[in-house]
Amino acid sequence: MMSDKIPENLDDKLFKLKYKTDSENHLVPDESKCLQCIEKICTIICPANVYNYSESERKMTVSYEKCLECGACRIACRHISWKYPRSGKGVVYKNS
Amino acid sequence: MVSENKTDVIVIGAGPAGVSAAVTVARGGKKVILVERGSFAGSKNMYGGVIYGHAAEEIFPDYEQSAPIERYVSYHSYMLLDEEQSTTITYKNHKEKKNAFVAIRSKWDKWCVEQAIREGVYFVPDTLVNKLIVNDGKVVGIKTDLEEYFADVVIIADGVNSLLAQQIGLREEIKPKQTALGVKEVIKLPEEIINQRFGLNSEEGAACELVGGALSGMLALGFIYTNKNSISLGIGACLEDLKAKKIRPYELLEQLKAHPSVAALIEGGELIEYSAHLIPEGGYNAMPKLYTDGAMVVGDAAMLVNNVHFEGTNMAMISGKFAGETALEAFEKGDFSSNMLCLYRKKLENSFILKDLKTYRSVIDILSKRTSSFLGYYPQKVCEFFNIFTKADGIEKRGKFVKFTKDFFKNRSLAELFKDGISAIKLVFGVLR
Repeated sequence: MMSDKIPENLDDKLFKLKYKTDSENHLVPDESKCLQCIEKICTIICPANVYNYSESERKMTVSYEKCLECGACRIACRHISWKYPRSGKGVVYKNS
Repeated sequence: MVSENKTDVIVIGAGPAGVSAAVTVARGGKKVILVERGSFAGSKNMYGGVIYGHAAEEIFPDYEQSAPIERYVSYHSYMLLDEEQSTTITYKNHKEKKNAFVAIRSKWDKWCVEQAIREGVYFVPDTLVNKLIVNDGKVVGIKTDLEEYFADVVIIADGVNSLLAQQIGLREEIKPKQTALGVKEVIKLPEEIINQRFGLNSEEGAACELVGGALSGMLALGFIYTNKNSISLGIGACLEDLKAKKIRPYELLEQLKAHPSVAALIEGGELIEYSAHLIPEGGYNAMPKLYTDGAMVVGDAAMLVNNVHFEGTNMAMISGKFAGETALEAFEKGDFSSNMLCLYRKKLENSFILKDLKTYRSVIDILSKRTSSFLGYYPQKVCEFFNIFTKADGIEKRGKFVKFTKDFFKNRSLAELFKDGISAIKLVFGVLR
């Protein structure tokens, strides 16, 4: 029903955004904790779907380049070493 | 501290709080550096809100002449959603039109900094402050990616996450129930279409709050603001509730957008920008310590938001001004200790900021315990009532009203209704006491 000019898919929404991607990852979850974590709230709470856990590889993938720097993951999970991207890097909002 | 890299005041963060602090210091004749991690002011900022005329005027008296104002908000509506129906209450003010206005943050924040630069603020974008430098318990400067910089006073305006206030122990780690996650879409639509759909002329703007529907039973509200040629549509949902219900924030927003009453407002539009940000929800009880030797905390970093009234930008700007004034007085006395800087807190206490935050200190707590009723059951019942009230189907009315009343009590136990009543009384008396 929704007009195709307003995408429903998150990646299509993020595609519209401007980023100055940092070469360094600023979001580092403690992977030993991820392996034991049942909830994996980071994979749900993040508004940019930065965190993805692969059950088969038992590995957490962090697509930090999509991060909107909101801090939701940091508050929801205490096992992420969370920093801002380095000076001038990261998301650039132009219309919000 | 003797150093080449030394100024009078450093302000960290060029949002509304930081820029207000910086420009106040500059006007008092002191040297001030305003540091921003983004490549321009506003590039990291989003809100579900408005800029308030009283605050804008207090910081930039002539703002109306050149500020990037989208529309003045003279139209407020509250939309209660049920699955396939909605009830809207609208308030329009045709007399006082300039109480608040909508602005795009990347334009407004940038404009504010441009004004501040003209008044002598030294603006340093593209600069992340990694740490505050503390000497003998006193904040004396900042450490960026490249260098160390020193000042007599540091004003911390680094926003809701305030890693810096936390670093020096002014603030504890915030809990999920003390924040809401805001996600928003800015949707482009022709100006005339916006005017038609909201019943506005081009100067006027609308602010809508959305209750219930997809957000039913959560401590969450939806919002819509009209820009000139676009609509900002988003939600603010308590992080604790999102966590407990395991809901993806963007999926929740999609569900809200799918409601026919909401979908009609954005139909044919084009997504320009998607964004996310945390909102301080803890209010008075979650406020950090606001000052220490050599430093003060302002705006979102100090959790200065009245979420019942969606007031945050005004508290940010006025708190920034108070911190700037306090810094100037500190220079006059030559005392930068907390004994002196406690004046900042006194100014907040004597203003609407801490008075309002105190007034509303228990509101969110009470609401968070009764979300299923106040933000779910009752909005739904209002819609059901209007359904009966407006429907002509050849069936006599009395029976329908009796059934509605019976169901009202049947679907919600007396104990729950009683608790709701007590909470409602607590809310009213909490505010009026």
